[in-house]
Amino acid sequence: MFSLSHLRFSFDGDPLFEDFGLEFAPGETTVLIGPSGCGKSTLLRLLLGLLSPQAGGVAFDDAPLGREARRRMGYVVQGGGLFPHLTARGNVALMARQLGWSANRIEARLADLAELVRLPIGLLGRYPAQLSGGQRQRVALMRALMLDPDVLLLDEPLGALDPMVRHDLQTDLRAIFRELAKTVVLVTHDLGEAAYFGDRIVLLREGHIVQSGTADDLVSRPAEPFVEAFVAAQRSMLAP
Amino acid sequence: MIARLLLLLCLAAPAALAEERIVIGSKSFTESVVLGEILVHLGREAGAAPEHKRGLGGTRILWDALLTGEIHAYPEYTGTITHEILADEGGPALTGIEAIREALAAKGISMSAPLGFNNTYAIGMRPETAEKFAIATISDLQRWPDLSFGFGNEFLDRGDGWPALRERYGLPQTDVTGLDHDLAYRGLDSGDIDAMDLYSTDAEIAYYGLAVLADDLGHFPVYEAVILTRPEAAALVPGIAGLTGTIDAATMAGLNARVKLNGESESRVAADFLALSVETDEESWLSALWRNTLDHLALVAISLGAAIVVALPLGVLAARRPRTGQLLLAAAGIAQTIPSLALFVFMIPLLGIGGPPAIAALFLYSLLPIIRNTHAGLTGIAPELLESADALGLTPGQRLRLIELPLAGRTILAGIKTSAVINIGTATLGALIGAGGYGQPILTGIRLDNTALILQGAIPAALLALAAQGAFELVERAVVPKGLRL
Repeated sequence: MFSLSHLRFSFDGDPLFEDFGLEFAPGETTVLIGPSGCGKSTLLRLLLGLLSPQAGGVAFDDAPLGREARRRMGYVVQGGGLFPHLTARGNVALMARQLGWSANRIEARLADLAELVRLPIGLLGRYPAQLSGGQRQRVALMRALMLDPDVLLLDEPLGALDPMVRHDLQTDLRAIFRELAKTVVLVTHDLGEAAYFGDRIVLLREGHIVQSGTADDLVSRPAEPFVEAFVAAQRSMLAP
Repeated sequence: MIARLLLLLCLAAPAALAEERIVIGSKSFTESVVLGEILVHLGREAGAAPEHKRGLGGTRILWDALLTGEIHAYPEYTGTITHEILADEGGPALTGIEAIREALAAKGISMSAPLGFNNTYAIGMRPETAEKFAIATISDLQRWPDLSFGFGNEFLDRGDGWPALRERYGLPQTDVTGLDHDLAYRGLDSGDIDAMDLYSTDAEIAYYGLAVLADDLGHFPVYEAVILTRPEAAALVPGIAGLTGTIDAATMAGLNARVKLNGESESRVAADFLALSVETDEESWLSALWRNTLDHLALVAISLGAAIVVALPLGVLAARRPRTGQLLLAAAGIAQTIPSLALFVFMIPLLGIGGPPAIAALFLYSLLPIIRNTHAGLTGIAPELLESADALGLTPGQRLRLIELPLAGRTILAGIKTSAVINIGTATLGALIGAGGYGQPILTGIRLDNTALILQGAIPAALLALAAQGAFELVERAVVPKGLRL
């Protein structure tokens, strides 16, 4: 689905990625994880084409990135990134309206999506400021799914939520990912969340892939001491 | 709406120069306006359609307007011609009317024969003060360095004004204030200043019983009143010739007194002098208010409308390209620091007098708040919102229209509101360069020492500013999306 090869990217001359390569298979959920500054969010923006690499490339279905490709991707940022001047409905339907969808088609799609993300449809008339944090994330997910994208990219989508809301949303999100069988790339710094979602976990550190595999691989077969340290740092209530 | 106003702006300039009309100018003091009105009556008698741009703000403005054909005739004084207008071209050395006439003819300007009075500068004091310090001549002032002087702004700068007077008489005083000539009389009367410059035909000299100090060293040149004309004013020339020697100093002071002290209109006084029993231009205050309101609204609406059309895209550009943006903001900031009156006067060589230069100056003043707020509003949008917009696949144009401008709308509107309020206040200065508006009654009121008249301009201007504030709040309610007001 996505393929990164020989990618070089630096922020204001500060190199982050050097000769970086990674493949994303269709239908697979990949979780990018790592400490702050490891490049996981930057990688997501490179996949979206919001940032351009200085060398190497990102191929999306073997084609270069562009605005058309971006309309086949759904993106959710931390906090949702909902436009405060538009209602939930206005946010979700924004791009479909620009593309000339009929009102009936839009309403039908909204009803389906509201059911999928378990958002009471009456809330669609509200502005973001009138919604709770969890509701905002559900709306953001609806917006990302509106055009039925092939890929879903999520940047710490649950980061700012309280634990119970977060738990509910995690459950719903995984169900949605399974039901839709889309290619998903999710960024988080929480190993538990990564293990819960990821078919594959890619642990990054300062622009390098430290280890790529399942959660079990990371815990049982750490590739280097950093992986052990990273796993150990994820304190569990059940651990001593 | 804005397009129509711009069209009006383009049409306004040539219309002022239509063939058959004779445009008469006058300076912002009573005598000049009375003489201007005499020219108006003479023009009408000769079958022309004269227009009077009355009370323009200073010699330079009138002279430049005459040279460029913006006005065709105005009253002037020989001393002002030699020591101010021709100061750098050997003017002070010219002796005799014929020499001055020749110098002006070389510039295409004709000068009439003297009208009959010499309105020289003089220095005046309250009689009590003069008596207390035993001052009878300007030389006597040398002995009292602590006296405070209040001089008209033009007198402070003129070639024959205060700097030359101080040098000639060796005057030691340092407490010298520049203020409006007509207001100086109030300052003298209240004791805030001890001496001021006078025009020898001022009505107030007799009214306040002022002591006029003798120019014992003969510093001031002769200020014979004359009329300067361009060829376009040919129809006036026979009538002006008839004025030669008919207005002596006492007559002129009497005419001035009727306007300033009795409150008669300049038009009436001028008609009486010419022994004409004509309809004069007595305007009811209500129709004057209406006319001033229309003038003022036109100045504000056209300049503000054009500023919005230009400044919004510039603000967007400034937000898109930080380096260009800094240059733009700096340039608009510099325009903002030019004192408003100076900016108005700078526009005269480019656009003449009247509405267009005032609109151009107001336009420049209105740019900065709109550019700055558009820039601030756009750059203040949270980055994750812009990222979300791009990720959705919106084009740059869609992103600007659907996301950025609505989010920045309230800030941009605040900038426009600031511009409008500044614009409404600053537009009152337009009257100094013949643009009309609420500044007209304010200026005339200052000239005639008539508080009621000043208020006829000041109150509507303040109300208009308040109304603009209110209107913008309504617009804000309509324009700013509900989601941003939660």
